[in-house]
Amino acid sequence: MKIAVCIKRVPDTETRVRIAADGASIDESGVKFIVGPYDEFAVEEALQRRDQAGGGEVVAVALGPDAAQETIRSALAMGADRGVLLKADRIPADALAVAKALAAELKDGGYDLVLFGKMAVDDYHHAVGPMTAELLGLPCVTAVSKLALEGGKGVAEREIEGGLEVVEFALPAVLTAEKGLNTPRYPALKGIMAAKKKPVEVKPAALGESRVAVQSLALPPERKAGRILGEGPDVVPELVRLLRTEAKVL
Amino acid sequence: MANVLAVTEQRDGALRKTSREVVWAARQLADALGGGGTVDALVLGAPGVDAAGSKLGEVGADRVLVAEDASFARYAPDGYAATAAAVAKAGGYGAVLVAATAGGKDLAPRLAARLDAPLASDVTGVGIEGGKLTATRPVYAGKAIQLLRLDAPLAVVSLRPNTFVPGSAARGGAVSKVAASAVSRVTVREVKAAEQGTLDVAEASVVVSGGRGLKGPEHFALIENLAKALGAAVGASRAVVDAGWRPHAEQVGQTGKTVSPQLYVAVGISGAIQHLAGMRTAKTIVAINKDKDAPIFQVADYGVVGDLFEIVPRLTDEVAKAKAG
Repeated sequence: MKIAVCIKRVPDTETRVRIAADGASIDESGVKFIVGPYDEFAVEEALQRRDQAGGGEVVAVALGPDAAQETIRSALAMGADRGVLLKADRIPADALAVAKALAAELKDGGYDLVLFGKMAVDDYHHAVGPMTAELLGLPCVTAVSKLALEGGKGVAEREIEGGLEVVEFALPAVLTAEKGLNTPRYPALKGIMAAKKKPVEVKPAALGESRVAVQSLALPPERKAGRILGEGPDVVPELVRLLRTEAKVL
Repeated sequence: MANVLAVTEQRDGALRKTSREVVWAARQLADALGGGGTVDALVLGAPGVDAAGSKLGEVGADRVLVAEDASFARYAPDGYAATAAAVAKAGGYGAVLVAATAGGKDLAPRLAARLDAPLASDVTGVGIEGGKLTATRPVYAGKAIQLLRLDAPLAVVSLRPNTFVPGSAARGGAVSKVAASAVSRVTVREVKAAEQGTLDVAEASVVVSGGRGLKGPEHFALIENLAKALGAAVGASRAVVDAGWRPHAEQVGQTGKTVSPQLYVAVGISGAIQHLAGMRTAKTIVAINKDKDAPIFQVADYGVVGDLFEIVPRLTDEVAKAKAG
């Protein structure tokens, strides 16, 4: 089983965002970068599927700056076999441009499965996975929380409006991982050492023109200071009154 | 360029609330573009769904295009994408708008790829600047706000639920049928429906969330009862989802859902930065917490300090009374 897992280098979710001098990006000084949390579910799933199939290859693919090699090394330390870095000075805001570069890399790779996290926790697009699937002409199931593979087929469970849907599809396919799909392993020291020797191919990302420009990035407006109405259940009638007459939400 | 297509969403044959939001936003955008652009609303559903589309003129649809197929009763990724893309290609549109619901988040990128159009997801504002479409959207789960410019003759935009409040704009809204393309590479084997009436936390206009202050999963009944009284969806903090008390579908925050309800009630949630990021755009925030120094009180419009086990049942009663009266 040959599996590609597309991962993204993102700021740690505990990051306190500061705006950079260009007014259109975050100030990265002192920011810790991690493998996208949803991407980790995708990596773990790829490793389990490979091992279950009794062999094959897991290729970790990232698009981004040189520093994204560390992101790939994290996936290799977990157990991926090799990496591909599609190098770009910065990751464009145009999700379709990213998907095109990934699709160009994946199209002749002979992959049985292409996995993504369901979204990146920085730009929140939920888009690159399904876009890549469309460009590759492959079936796609997003936000998968459970997966079984039987022969050339897959059965996946995904969260939908007000419930869960169980779907069936033929391989090759593109899936995006939801939290709960598995529990990602921590890389063991042995894995971290081994990762240093695994091959990572670096090549320029085939990014066309980005048609999405970030004009500005700003901190959200501060909420006006709230008030503590008081202590204990006796405050509740006042709260309800304010919700009705002042906030007008009841 | 001045025409705008609004892709609506129905459930059990009835249009969802977000559908009116999307049509209304499309009307605003078409008017801002000038040139007398038309707004077309696309309704996809099982045969008979055309009746649901008949009221979209009220919120600004000039025409309502209905694509019916038995397989469209629920959101069908390939069929919806193929049908909407065909309509979008034929209509001379400058923008295609979709609601950023669970289904819309799946549909919008597929449409963008099929139309070779740039995408702005989960936006809270749209505008026109120098003839180009602009979109405002929270990123880093709301820790920052991004303003995007989309440089293409056609763009796809998904709109955050509860953000575009529809007004009234009497337009024709004449209903006509369009071809449905019921292709699918993915077969639905089974649907495990959640409890009747379960609201998605990302779309509900009122959300009641519980955190570790509840001390155990069994006490979430308190949250569920208050949610019921308020007609709200139940949310949860990351701590309680990670502890396995609640499903991930309910998680609010940077690794869960970002929400913008009219009213957000945080119960026993201290307010970690990644949680605050996910709910700070709520219109009104109520916090109930025993620790008066909890960060949640810094963003709460109304805070009540104390024992949630006493306060929440009282609040549930008072809300029920207020609603009845």
